[in-house]
Amino acid sequence: MYVAVKGGERAIESAHTWLAEERRGPTEIAELSIPQIREQLKLAVDRVMAEGSLYDPDLAALAIKQSRGDLIEAIFLIRAYRTTLPRFGHSEPVDTGAMACDRRISATFKDLPGGQILGPTFDYTHRLLDFKLAAEGETPEAATQEADEARVPHVTGFLNREGLIEEAPQDDTPPPDLTREPLEMPASRALRLQALTRADEGFTLGLAYSTQRGYGRNHAFVGELRIGSVPLDMDIPELGFSIEIGEITLTECETVNQFTGSKTQPPQFTRGYGLVFGQSERKAISMALVERALRWEELGEDFEGAPAQDAEFVLYHADNIQATGFLEHIKLPHYVDFQSELELVRKLRREAGADQVQEAAE
Amino acid sequence: MKDTFDEKSDRQRWMSTLARAAEGRVSALLDAAMPRPGFTWLRAPEIGSTMVRGRAGGTGAPFNLGEMTVTRCALTLENGAVGHAYVQGRRKADATAAALVDALMQGPEAAQIRAAVLDPLIAEHAAKTKTRAAKAAATKVEFFTMARGED
Repeated sequence: MYVAVKGGERAIESAHTWLAEERRGPTEIAELSIPQIREQLKLAVDRVMAEGSLYDPDLAALAIKQSRGDLIEAIFLIRAYRTTLPRFGHSEPVDTGAMACDRRISATFKDLPGGQILGPTFDYTHRLLDFKLAAEGETPEAATQEADEARVPHVTGFLNREGLIEEAPQDDTPPPDLTREPLEMPASRALRLQALTRADEGFTLGLAYSTQRGYGRNHAFVGELRIGSVPLDMDIPELGFSIEIGEITLTECETVNQFTGSKTQPPQFTRGYGLVFGQSERKAISMALVERALRWEELGEDFEGAPAQDAEFVLYHADNIQATGFLEHIKLPHYVDFQSELELVRKLRREAGADQVQEAAE
Repeated sequence: MKDTFDEKSDRQRWMSTLARAAEGRVSALLDAAMPRPGFTWLRAPEIGSTMVRGRAGGTGAPFNLGEMTVTRCALTLENGAVGHAYVQGRRKADATAAALVDALMQGPEAAQIRAAVLDPLIAEHAAKTKTRAAKAAATKVEFFTMARGED
């Protein structure tokens, strides 16, 4: 069978120049700049950094511009760029207890040390379209108040003091890295956390919601949700000491979940954990719920067959770049594959006498 | 847990101050203070990444959170002082200026550089942090209990 394999080049080139023109849109409308995207579409930038697994707001903004706002396409661009970077090392694990919190709330304690800090949240807005934003020129100013500079303690820390919640004792085992070795089952908790923090927000949200609706229910309370910046320390081998190389914004969610206990251990709450680049609390809460559901085995719970409990199902389908790569490849030419299927169906129909049936019908 | 800031050496502190300076600030302050000294590259500015780690449950075992872009370089001044820089992001000019300041801080110009470059950077960072903390503090909920008389 002869299959034409040439001839698309001119069409492809024209498609790309048209794409560039459509991306720019009508030239009488001002062009978007990278700083505008970085500063005014910050939550989109944060999502691209989290799922692209590379913290660089300028690059994420560029990717959003290039992808015309298609965030999965932007994440794809970031992942591809990431692979070109030599890796200089790793940071010290971030100390989220030292976070300069923009937001810090607890759904379990009203009066907690450090207080409930709402931050720049959509909560309590009326979710009504604000037509004032369509008119130009608004430069609102935030209120300020004297802040105390004390470290804001983690809620789980004071539950720990009473022994009411499982501990997360410090451990310095070097973590596995799924960007270096393929993800294999069974996946350790460290590997699950890495896969979940870069997982698709929609997929993670759907799975987390399924646990709330009863598929692997674990009765989560948001013990604490905090958003803010943390200093990042990196060991510099040639100098023999670590320096703070920058600050990044993170969202952290700690859930307090249903308790376990045994004959030897009195009942204790358990925990789920979410930590995500940027300001992305929906993702962080979702991550914590799914992370907790995946811990069923180590906590001695039953496997109920719920999707969120199935590590293989969750981790192998959570990455939107893998998923979209495989999904979208089916739109690319499969002429030869299809020809062979076509031949096969014709042959089977001949054997089944379909030709005669067809003739009889006519 | 990581060392607290006070346990760090003087050099660790100034390298950190230089690394977290806003884009273009180190260059601007250095150039306002003195003409740039001659130098040779030990390692020309290079962009790469560092893997950021977190801890399960905030305090437990480490895991890989994702990478961050980093620029590094190293240079030698004519007097032999070696300056290093590691800064967040893709910022070759900032890394160069930071490495120059690091090298100058090890020589006779240290006091001048501290006053002209480091002190303003520390003040700028503190002001930025304070402004943000003040905005957060204004959104802190002050609960009060409604008095409900029993009579």
